[in-house]
Amino acid sequence: MTTKDKYKKVAYYPGCALEGTGHAYNRSTKAVGKALGLDLVEVKNWNCCGAMEVKNIDPKIQTYLSSRVMSVAANEMGMDVVMAPCNGCYHNLKKAEYDLKNDPSSVDVVGKLSDKAGHQAYKSGQVETIHALDWIKGAIGEEGLKERIKNSLAGIKIANYYGCMYTRPRHIFPEKDQGPGSESTSKPHFMDDLLAAAGAENVDFPLKTACCGGAHTMSDSDTSTRLVLNILKAAKMAGADVIATECPTCHSGLEMHQIRAEKRLGEKVDIKILYFTQLIGMALGLKPKKVGVHENVSDSMSFLKEKGLA
Amino acid sequence: MPIHEKSLIRPENLKTHDQLVIDGVDVSGHWSTFIESRVVSDYNEALEAEIASLPGGEHIHRCWQCGSCTNSCTVNAINPDFNPRYWIYLIRMGMESELLRDKDIIWQCVSCNKCTYACPRDVFPEGVMKATAHWLERKGHTAKSPSMHFDEVFAEQVLKTGRIEESRTIRRFFARTKQGLFQDWMVEMVKGLLRGLPVGLLTRMGLATLIAPRTSNWSKASAAIQEYIDEQHTKQEEAMSLAQLIDTARRDAAA
Ligand code: SF4
Ligand code: SF4
Ligand code: SF4
Ligand code: SF4
Repeated sequence: MTTKDKYKKVAYYPGCALEGTGHAYNRSTKAVGKALGLDLVEVKNWNCCGAMEVKNIDPKIQTYLSSRVMSVAANEMGMDVVMAPCNGCYHNLKKAEYDLKNDPSSVDVVGKLSDKAGHQAYKSGQVETIHALDWIKGAIGEEGLKERIKNSLAGIKIANYYGCMYTRPRHIFPEKDQGPGSESTSKPHFMDDLLAAAGAENVDFPLKTACCGGAHTMSDSDTSTRLVLNILKAAKMAGADVIATECPTCHSGLEMHQIRAEKRLGEKVDIKILYFTQLIGMALGLKPKKVGVHENVSDSMSFLKEKGLA
Repeated sequence: MPIHEKSLIRPENLKTHDQLVIDGVDVSGHWSTFIESRVVSDYNEALEAEIASLPGGEHIHRCWQCGSCTNSCTVNAINPDFNPRYWIYLIRMGMESELLRDKDIIWQCVSCNKCTYACPRDVFPEGVMKATAHWLERKGHTAKSPSMHFDEVFAEQVLKTGRIEESRTIRRFFARTKQGLFQDWMVEMVKGLLRGLPVGLLTRMGLATLIAPRTSNWSKASAAIQEYIDEQHTKQEEAMSLAQLIDTARRDAAA
């Protein structure tokens, strides 16, 4: 089966953030899937993957939590691809896959916990975990996307921000850095590729994989604010109008600390923050409301009107 | 950018003299600053093993001190005293008292894994930072950091319901660290959210704060996870010789 066919129908793992602060990402991901004729089947009765917090209590619990999601997809739904739009979820499922492949003691703990919890243990290799970027790129591709564009993003300058968890640690992404066609862990480009196909101009943005301090966004907010401010300023200096995001945590981190920087440090950086799925959705002809632009914290409506997208 | 390790010299060990003549040569003034050599006599030979017994610290023995972790570190870029390479060195040498000088900043690691990406020896320094922060807290050197409070609030909710509902987690965290929820920037954020939200979604969010989302049939998984955490905790206490310490203290108290 080709990747195109394989990604046509995938198990969808939204994760907790997409039901709260990241609702706009949830809405736009589903809307884009629908517009492209792709089928998302939500993982039944899913649980949290553990985010960035549970591993600090015990990493093996995180491995178990993530493995349960993959087990439901594989054993109860018979799916072979799980798509997670949140970097955190995507990262954790990949990490669990890596641990279960390489570390017998993880297999042991997951086996025991799954037994006690009363479900089949997940076995490494049962599903392929992909990000929303892999999904659109694999199922539709740049050429396919180009054919479907109704409102070109021409004239919009974009800084593509991938954050940390999409590429690091490199160990858990064996399919990346595999030459032409594959994603790069040092200079990721899948989002750039898709947005370019939708007509946008990508700026040369050096902080693609910089960290926004998301792990301490609540517990050490000043550090996060400084890190986000660096990212916003670098994007602005590179000439971008918009920062495109592909993770609810990165996205809300940028939005939140954009405000906090203004309130606490008196530094205002005027740049719009939009999910890549919102941009692609609008390029496919969807109205801003359909992709949840009104659910973002930062206001980009007047900008979108000016660019003819709203 | 070069890494400035000047901060590794304690200011009290830098000596200058206003009036000093050695062998007839006048060496007064700061041009002849001396660095007093430091003497470490209180090695904790078990330090590396203790850190290695905590999750994340397992691979610390592989470090060959190349410094790539510190060089790539997000937090080091804004605070030169945040130095993973140096801490790994101290831990492996057993220089506990030196390590304790930095006890209040180690928890600030943002888990960006730039160090893990750069490390040629697969030490997973990010994990070592977490293990060290836990070690500090469990040995009583530091109070629970805000970050650990957050991890716990978060983990408790996942354990209980299987899922996270963000506003609830945030409220509990602020309560536990005794901060007010109505900070100016939080208010501004919520204002931004209210601007465009349809009534339907608002009600849903309101409801979500009352009824936490739950994964059904979660109780068995929750019990199994809790049991596992307790087991691990006991094992680690043993490895950190805390159990022994507690035993000794008990016996002392009884005598
Ligand atoms: S990483 Fe975030 S969104 Fe993903 S399941 Fe976990 S908490 Fe929920
Ligand atoms: S950039 Fe921020 S939110 Fe995104 S993955 Fe890194 S720390 Fe997390
Ligand atoms: S990068 Fe790795 S080997 Fe180099 S100093 Fe850091 S932990 Fe040690
Ligand atoms: S994970 Fe922690 S120690 Fe490693 S580079 Fe990031 S902030 Fe520094």
